Amino acid sequence: MPESYDLNRDMNTLDAPVILFEHVSKEYQQDVHALEDINIRIYKGEFVFIVGSSGSGKSTLIRLLLKEILPSKGKVFVAGREIGRLRRYQVGKYRRSIGVVFQDFRLLKDRNVFDNVAFAQRVVETPKKMIKKQVPRMLSLVGLTDKHKAYPGELSGGQQQRVALARALVNNPVILLADEPTGNLDPKNSWEIMHLLEDINKRGTTVVVVTHNQEIVDQMQKRVITLRNGRVISDEEKGRYRYAKN
Amino acid sequence: MRRIRTLGYCILQGIRGVWKNRVYSLASAATISACLLLLGIFYFVAANFNHMVKSAETLIGVTVFFDEGINEERIFQIRDEIRLRTEVAEVIYISADDAWENYKEKSLNAEMAETFGSDNPLKNAASLEVHINEAAKQKALVRFIESIDGVRKVNHSESIADSFEGIRAIVLIVSAGLIAVLAAVAIFLIRTTISTGINVRREEISIMSIIGATDFFIRAPFMVEGILIGILGTILPLGLLQVFYSQVIDTLKAQFETIFTKLNFLERTEIMKQFLPLALLFGIGLCFLTSHFTSKRQIRKISIH
Repeated sequence: MPESYDLNRDMNTLDAPVILFEHVSKEYQQDVHALEDINIRIYKGEFVFIVGSSGSGKSTLIRLLLKEILPSKGKVFVAGREIGRLRRYQVGKYRRSIGVVFQDFRLLKDRNVFDNVAFAQRVVETPKKMIKKQVPRMLSLVGLTDKHKAYPGELSGGQQQRVALARALVNNPVILLADEPTGNLDPKNSWEIMHLLEDINKRGTTVVVVTHNQEIVDQMQKRVITLRNGRVISDEEKGRYRYAKN
Repeated sequence: MRRIRTLGYCILQGIRGVWKNRVYSLASAATISACLLLLGIFYFVAANFNHMVKSAETLIGVTVFFDEGINEERIFQIRDEIRLRTEVAEVIYISADDAWENYKEKSLNAEMAETFGSDNPLKNAASLEVHINEAAKQKALVRFIESIDGVRKVNHSESIADSFEGIRAIVLIVSAGLIAVLAAVAIFLIRTTISTGINVRREEISIMSIIGATDFFIRAPFMVEGILIGILGTILPLGLLQVFYSQVIDTLKAQFETIFTKLNFLERTEIMKQFLPLALLFGIGLCFLTSHFTSKRQIRKISIH
């Protein structure tokens, strides 16, 4: 395993899926399976919805991809590398290649929009000059140029999610993971965020969206992977939301 | 260049952390100060006591007597041999004539002394008076002198040496105990401060972890915070001890001059030179180590890798 784990570099020579779950199971407690024998392949540039009811294992997938947890069985590969074998000191660099947005935005309330986005670059030790150049570009991409001095408390839910998106994208990730990105938003804002994600995907970023939102899934006509009781029950190109009751 | 920039950022965050948690930071620094002040006062008393004991120890004498008929040249050879020992502070030669003169002065009246005329009844009583640096080494020295050819008898007092040794051992045990208690209190408070700081910034740390900050980057500000608390906590007691030491000693000397005339206190510069490394080690070192281990443990709980 090399010291640096740069997915951007690795992706240039990648033929294998960008995300590969190989017979992955996860047990939080003995005999309680969050995931059971999952096999998923996601290729570079894909836009994928992962749907399922609460407790179906959607968030566990995200946590496995972020290496917050390890699988009980099986292997998770990202850009052809097994992430379970990453050493602790390599995890930080690995995560820089993955952007994440959450339902609850997870913004720093005591910092303004600019600083929230810049924070992602500061922690990866980006030079100040670059930060000053790249942050406004990201804010322009998500349509928040005029809000750069505002604090999260002064923004609507949709605007806060845009800030979270700008923060997730500012380090130019190969994969964008969105965990219920519209969960706290009204329909109008939800659609705006989804269109933004679609734009980002068109620029070449692989986008994986975990969601409950049937209307969005059905209308966007993207690949849909449905989970039930920790198992993949369907995986369809241009799929629809399946009612995957436990 | 990047490392320097990161270090600068971490230092700035550490300073901000101290300011943000100023109440806890001040409480910790004040505790370190109180601990160090107590430690300092105790150290100054102990060091001065030790210094006085050492001075007193040099007053302990071992008297060496020689075989009958030994010549003065051989006595000087023995004196030089004893002088080479590291535990020996001073060797004074008392000739047979000096010994007789002393005896006459102290124990005989003039009439009695005259009856001896020019005779010296103590002609075989030439001796060496040996003063030592450390009472604990007296036994070994006596054994050494007794083994020298030409030495008839070595007079010494074991009880005085033993009592000095006992006092020193008590001082050492009490010092070690006090330092251990103060260190435990300081560790507890620094741990609380750093843990509070980490809890306050829990959300920020988890975001940092998710977006790819390294462990060092996340932990460094807390370690800087610990070091800053250590520096703040060390400066005050050092300043107070520096300012008040001379004043206290002068007051003691003025008040108890008759008792203390023979006991020397350590000079301020001398004692500060001894105490400074201890204070830095205790104040800054302890804060650094505690914040290092606390931040490592706490942050691992938040940022699961």
